[in-house]
Amino acid sequence: MSLGLYLIKRCLYAVPLMIGAIVLIFTLVRLAPGNPVDYIVGEMGADPVVVARLMADMGLDQPIHVQLFAYVRQILSGDLGYSFVSNAPVSMLILDRLPATLLLMVSQLVLSVIIGVALGVMSARKPGASLDNSITVFSLAAFAIPVFWLGQMLILVAGYHLSWFPMQGMINFRARYSGWEYALDVAYHMVLPVTAMTLLNLALIQRLTRASMIEVLGQDYVKVARAKGLKESTVLIRHALRNALLPVVTVIGLEFRSLIAGAVLTETVFAWPGLGRLTFDAIGTRDYPLLMGMFLFICVLVIIGNLITDILYALLDPRIRYA
Amino acid sequence: MMQSLTLRMRRTSDLWNRFSRRNSSVIGLLGAVFFLAVALFANWLAPYGRLEMGLSFQPPSPDNWLGTDSLGSDVLSSIIYGAQTSLLVGFCAVATSSVIGVVVGALSGYYGGMVDNVFMRITELFQMVPQFFLAIIIIALFGASIWNVIFVIGILTWPSTARLLRGEFLALKQREFIEAGRSLGMSDFDLIMREILPNALPPVIVNASLQISGAILLETSLSFLGLGDPNVMSWGMMLNSAQEYFNRAWWMAAFPGLAIFLTTLGLNLVGDGLNDALNPRLRT
Repeated sequence: MSLGLYLIKRCLYAVPLMIGAIVLIFTLVRLAPGNPVDYIVGEMGADPVVVARLMADMGLDQPIHVQLFAYVRQILSGDLGYSFVSNAPVSMLILDRLPATLLLMVSQLVLSVIIGVALGVMSARKPGASLDNSITVFSLAAFAIPVFWLGQMLILVAGYHLSWFPMQGMINFRARYSGWEYALDVAYHMVLPVTAMTLLNLALIQRLTRASMIEVLGQDYVKVARAKGLKESTVLIRHALRNALLPVVTVIGLEFRSLIAGAVLTETVFAWPGLGRLTFDAIGTRDYPLLMGMFLFICVLVIIGNLITDILYALLDPRIRYA
Repeated sequence: MMQSLTLRMRRTSDLWNRFSRRNSSVIGLLGAVFFLAVALFANWLAPYGRLEMGLSFQPPSPDNWLGTDSLGSDVLSSIIYGAQTSLLVGFCAVATSSVIGVVVGALSGYYGGMVDNVFMRITELFQMVPQFFLAIIIIALFGASIWNVIFVIGILTWPSTARLLRGEFLALKQREFIEAGRSLGMSDFDLIMREILPNALPPVIVNASLQISGAILLETSLSFLGLGDPNVMSWGMMLNSAQEYFNRAWWMAAFPGLAIFLTTLGLNLVGDGLNDALNPRLRT
């Protein structure tokens, strides 16, 4: 099977999952106390005639399966509905905030993969040595820290007491930077949130890399590579690491959704104007269409994340395509 | 009778030997027991009552060891009451998720075919869906009572248990002793409950022990976003209110977070130790 065909198959596989997610959210909203019109008219109530017209406008007087079908079709055509609060299309609100979140997520992913894999390789070279033990202690600690608390502590120490970095936000509004200065200012504001997210994520990657490197280093082909007299760095990187990375890539793909959850919490702490902040505000105002739209949008992101994982996997391991 | 008792005791001491091989597991166990004791005896241990308030923003002092918050509540007392909530959520949520996971995993592994197919598609859906956002929506729609929070965490975290148990069932149901039981005319229910399940449980127990800290962290995250039960004290809620007062009261943020950190660390170390003790095969 060619790479293209393999990817098309993976894409088709995502369709039922997406429909499942839409049905799930539809069912939840229908199970919840009250109906969508109640949320619009609020607790004050409204004239029954107005309520009936709203119900008809929203198609709520139709049988449930018709509503479900219409909802699935509406979402699949890319229409996520309108926000209760700002009355703007949900998809526009989300796309507006997406770049800020992607900036954080991509930066922290790149950093934590580079550092995490490096630490993992280092600790796998001599398991049980003092370097390995101190790295293990660090990653055990990192697993237990809630990301938002780590963020708060960074703000408290590096932002408030030492004044090394700005405490919140993405840019300095007063300075009105443009061009390079603007980019530098954003990077300066990014340091603390990215540090918080990276510290936690790199622990996971380090642990995975270590386990799979230890396994790979015991394999015959690594012994052969060493016996051929190759340099230690070539053996480690070209022969062992390439194979050891497969399980790491899988787990990063599976953890993609928790990366987004981490981003939401971190953004809340740092008042970063991304999807997290949008979610937090939507929770505060109980903006259901926006929350539902966020959920479905993140499902799509997760599916895309999984596809990227599949591509990386197929590139790293040609056997996958023929399986 | 006597014989089976000594046998059981020997197995328990065996288990303890394997568990205590690493010092970190024992330290973790001490931490977890301490947390458990604080939560169970919260009403006697807390220096101040739930609704007692004094001066706001008092820094740590002999009167208030960890200071007071914006409303004048004692931070130490709040942390102690918060331990109760975390404990309740941690254990009940994992119990819920284990029950769902065991039922789904056992049925799909045992019967295979259509049942397995349907259950595994649902499991995959739950594994793909962004849990955290689903939790936010469910709680926003159905209200933020503590039982809703527990239920939500439970129904979002069962897939790993189900998959684990399904795998064990698939392997075990091929074994001779199951064939023997079947040829003796045992019912499916008896085979599942009395023959396969007890043998398939160790990895599920390990998984459950590791899930407790995850459930506690999830509850903390939800209440940090303002989705916790407003009627009970929780560590996440304390961090949420600390967010506004960085410049006035560092102790409001530092200590509840430290409590979360130490509790989760202790529970994780216990989980790792149990993993070594119960799953010698899986050791790396």
